[in-house]
Amino acid sequence: MPSHDVLIIGAGLAGQRAALAAAQTGSSVAIMSKVHPVRSHSVAAAGGINAAISVDDDWRSHAYDTVKGSDFLGDQDAIEVMCSEAPAEVMHLEHIGVTFHRNEGGELDLRAFGGASMKRTAYVADITGQAILHVLYEQLMKHHETVDRYEEWFTTSLLQDEDGRCCGVVARDVRSGRMETFNAKNVILACGGAGQVYRPTTNALIVTGDGIAQAYRIGAPLMDMEMVQYHPTTLAENGILITEGARGEGAVLLNSEGERFMEKYAPNKMELASRDVVSRAEQTEILEGRGVGAERSGIWLDITKVPRKRTLEALREIVNIGKDFAGVDITREPIMIQPGQHYIMGGVKTDIDGATQVEGLYAAGEVACVSVHGGNRLGANSLLDTLIFGRRAGEHAAARAATMGMPKASTADAQLREDVATIDAIIARPRTSRRVSEIKQELGDTMNQYVAVYRDEAGLAQALEIVTRLQEESKSAYIDDRGTVFNQDVLGALELGYMLDCAQATVVAAIERKESRGAQFRTDFPERNDAEWLKHIDISLNVNGGPPGVGGPQISYSPVTMTQWEPEERKY
Amino acid sequence: MPETHKPPEQFTLRLRRFDPESGVAPYWDEHTIELEPHRSVLEGILQAKADADGSIGIRCSCRAAICGSCGVRINGEPGLACHTHLDHARAGAGADGVIEVEPMGNMPVIKDLIVDMDAVHWKKVQRVTPWLIAKQPVPEREYLVEKEAMVDITQSMACIQCGACVSDCLAMEVDPGFIGPAALAKAYRFVGDPRDDEQDVRLRDLAEDPQGIFDCTHCFKCVEACPKGVNPMGQIMRLRRIAIDDQKIVDKNNGQRHEATMVGLIKDYGLLHEAEMVPRSYGGNSWFGKFHPAAGKELLASLPVAIKGVLKGKINPKIAIFGHKIPAADLKNVQRIYDKVESRPERYELNLYITGYDEVDEETPVPVGTTATNGDDESPAAPDTEGSAA
Repeated sequence: MPSHDVLIIGAGLAGQRAALAAAQTGSSVAIMSKVHPVRSHSVAAAGGINAAISVDDDWRSHAYDTVKGSDFLGDQDAIEVMCSEAPAEVMHLEHIGVTFHRNEGGELDLRAFGGASMKRTAYVADITGQAILHVLYEQLMKHHETVDRYEEWFTTSLLQDEDGRCCGVVARDVRSGRMETFNAKNVILACGGAGQVYRPTTNALIVTGDGIAQAYRIGAPLMDMEMVQYHPTTLAENGILITEGARGEGAVLLNSEGERFMEKYAPNKMELASRDVVSRAEQTEILEGRGVGAERSGIWLDITKVPRKRTLEALREIVNIGKDFAGVDITREPIMIQPGQHYIMGGVKTDIDGATQVEGLYAAGEVACVSVHGGNRLGANSLLDTLIFGRRAGEHAAARAATMGMPKASTADAQLREDVATIDAIIARPRTSRRVSEIKQELGDTMNQYVAVYRDEAGLAQALEIVTRLQEESKSAYIDDRGTVFNQDVLGALELGYMLDCAQATVVAAIERKESRGAQFRTDFPERNDAEWLKHIDISLNVNGGPPGVGGPQISYSPVTMTQWEPEERKY
Repeated sequence: MPETHKPPEQFTLRLRRFDPESGVAPYWDEHTIELEPHRSVLEGILQAKADADGSIGIRCSCRAAICGSCGVRINGEPGLACHTHLDHARAGAGADGVIEVEPMGNMPVIKDLIVDMDAVHWKKVQRVTPWLIAKQPVPEREYLVEKEAMVDITQSMACIQCGACVSDCLAMEVDPGFIGPAALAKAYRFVGDPRDDEQDVRLRDLAEDPQGIFDCTHCFKCVEACPKGVNPMGQIMRLRRIAIDDQKIVDKNNGQRHEATMVGLIKDYGLLHEAEMVPRSYGGNSWFGKFHPAAGKELLASLPVAIKGVLKGKINPKIAIFGHKIPAADLKNVQRIYDKVESRPERYELNLYITGYDEVDEETPVPVGTTATNGDDESPAAPDTEGSAA
C-alpha cells in the first residue's frame, strides 16, 4: 500500500498549494484528484485575488471589509490571518511565475471589486484562477520527484485507525477501475464545494461535495452550511459566470425601466456592494416585475460603459462567453443575467491551520469552513482563502507528520472490500427504479427553488422533505455503465450520495437559522438578530459521541471569534 | 438588445464509441436529443447520457470553455464540445445533418471520446521545462516588468491544455516526436516572460532539437483548432524570430536557413522557386549557394522525391526549374511589402490581448513595447487569431 506523510485529496488551488508547501519541508507528499489537476474548478475563478499590497492600503482594512462582507459571522482571528498573510502570498505567486497584469510603472495592477473599500484585487485579465492554477501545476511538474501525483483517481472513503484518527483513503483509478488503499499520516481534503447540488450553478460538473460528505460521514462537523452564495451575474439558462470584474471595471446593472436600481439598495457602493446585497436587489427587482427578457426573469448587465479596448484586454473571457454562450457582443450591447448559485461559504469546520475535528484530517479551500467568509464571501477572497489555508494546512500537516510514525490502517482492507462491494452493487442495480440523473436534476431544481436568495420556513420544510425522499430513492437508483474503464456513471452515483448529504445539511441549517444574515435571507425573519444568532451552526452526524450516522444530522452551535470589530449595521 | 433564443429542436448526434473491455471494434452510436439550437454539443451529449445511455464516455467539467476537458472532433474538426453550438455543428455536418463526434486525433483512445493526454500532450509539455526559471535575485516585492509584457504572454497563458491543436497537428501526424503546438506555445510563455533567466538556453534547446520549433510546417491547423485564440503557430513563429534575429541561433538542422530561403525566394520571385529551394537552404540564401557542396548532396538526395513528383504530375519540371512567374508589377508590390516590413526599426508582433479582434477597430493599434518579445502588428497578413469566434 502506498504511504505518504501528507496525502492531499483534490488538486485545485488549495490542494496544489498544500502539496507544494508540504513538500518544501521534506515530507513525502502525494496529491490525488478525480480529474487532471488543471481541470479543477479553481480554473474558472475569473476576477482576481485580494491582497493589501498597495502602499496606501492596510491589511486591517481588507480584514474589516471581509468581516463586514461576512455580515459579522466570519471568525475574525481567521480573517486576520488570511488578510495579513495575503500580500506575501501574492508576491510568492508572482515570483513563481503568475503573469499578473501591471500598471504603467510595472508594478502589480489592482482592480476594484465588490465590498472592498479600495482597489486591492490583483488579476490576470479575467482568467486569474486559470493563470494561478496552471502556474502551480508548473511547479508540481518541476517538483515531480518530491510530489507524487495520482491524477484521475477518485477517493471513495477516508480511513480511520482504531482511535478514530484519519490515516489514509480508499480510491479508484478512474482509468482502470482498480481500487486501492493509501496509507497516510495526514489527509488534507482540498476537493472543493458542492455547487452541483443546485441547478443551475456556475460550478463545474465535478463540484459535487465529495470531501464535505466524506468528512461528515466519519464524524467531522460541518459549519455555516446554510450560507450559499448566489452570484449576481450569471447567465440565465446555464448558470455560466460573468465575472464581478465587469462591474469592477465599471459595468452597471439596469432593470426593465432602464434604471440603475442599485441606487436604491446600496447608494454608496452601487454595483460593487457585496454579492448577497446585489443578488437580493436583483431578485427584488425581478419579483416586483421589473425584470427583463421574455419572462422578465433577468437583469441587464451593461458593460458597454467600459472602454472597448479595456474590455478586450482585461475582460476577454467574458467577451467570448457573451458571444459563445449568449450570442451577445458585450462591448456593444447589454447582456441578460440573473443571480445564480456560485459558492458555499460553509464546509468542513477547521481551525486556522486547516485541522478538522477528526485528528489527522485537514481541509482547505471551499471544502472547508475556517470561517473566513461567514455569511457572505467577498469576490476575489476565495482564491486567497484556498492559497493561504492550503499552504497553512500543508505546512501544519507536514509538521505533524514529522512527530509521528505511520499509523496502522487497520481498517483498510475491510473498507476496501466494502467500497468495492458498494460499487459492484450500484452497477448491478436493476433498471426498475429512477435514474441517477433524474434524481440529481430534481435535487438541483428543488434547492434552487426553495433554498435560494429568499427562503422561508414552508419552502425549506418542503425542500427537506424532498431531499429526504431523494436520499431514499438514491439507494436504488440505477446506472447504465457496466464497465470498469472510465466508468463515469458509477462515480456519478457515488457523487449523488455526497450531494444529497450536503443538501440535507444545508437545508437543516437554513431551517435552524431563524434570522436574516449574509446569504441567508428568511422572509419570515427578515432582520439580523445578533442577540440570538451571532453564532455558527454546526451540523454533525455524531454530536453526542455516538457512532456516525445514527439519528441523522445533529445541530450544535459554536461562537463567532471576535478580535477587533463589533457587529454594526451593514450598509453599502 | 440581444435577440431572443429559438425554441428547442431535435438534433441527432453520431458518437464514436469504443469500449476497450468489450473486444469490439469502435462503432458509431446515434442519439437524438432536444435542445435550443444555440446550446452546446456537450449539452447535447450530456442529455443523451442523462436520458438514454450513461455509459457514454466524455471528460467534461466546467461547460464554459475554461477547464479544457471536453476536446473532441466535431464533424472532423477539433474543438471543445462545450464551445460548439448545436446549430453550427449541424450546419457543418454531412448531407444527413447528423453531428458526428469523435475522439481527438494524435492521441490513443481510452474509451469513447476520452483520449490518453498523458501519453502525448503532457509528455510534450514536460519536455519544454514548463516552469519559470526566475531571474536572481528575487525581489522583495514584484518583479518590475513592462505592462505590455504581461499582457503579451497572457495570450499563451490563456491556453487551457485541451489538446485540440495537438489533435490535428499535421507535423505531429508525420513525426509523432514533434514537440507540437501546445507545448511550444507553453514554451513561448517563458521565453516571452521578462522574469525568466534562461531564454537563450530555452531557445537554443528548442531550435536545435530536430523535432523543435523548425519542425512546424506552418499549416495553420492549430490556429484554427484553438478555442481560446492562443494561436500556437504564431507563438512558434515568434520563437523562431527571437531565436534567429535576437539570439542569432543558427540551428544545425538547417531549419533556420530553410525558413530564410523561403523568405528570400518570395522576395526574389514573388512565388516559390522549387529548384532553388534545396540549394539555397543548404548552401546559403543566394544564387551562388546552389554550388555549395552540401547543397549538391541534398539536391541528389531529394531527386527521388522530385522524380516521383514529376511522374505523378505534381511537379511541372519546367516551372520547377525555371520558377513561377508573376507580372512585374505584382512582384514590385511583393517587394514593397518586404521593404516596408524590413525598414521597421522594431519587429511587430500581433497579440490578441493587445489588439483585440482582428476586425477593423475604431482606433489604430498602437505599437507597443521595446523589448524583443512583444509588440504590435498592423500587418493585415498577421495570422487569424480569432479562433474562438469560429
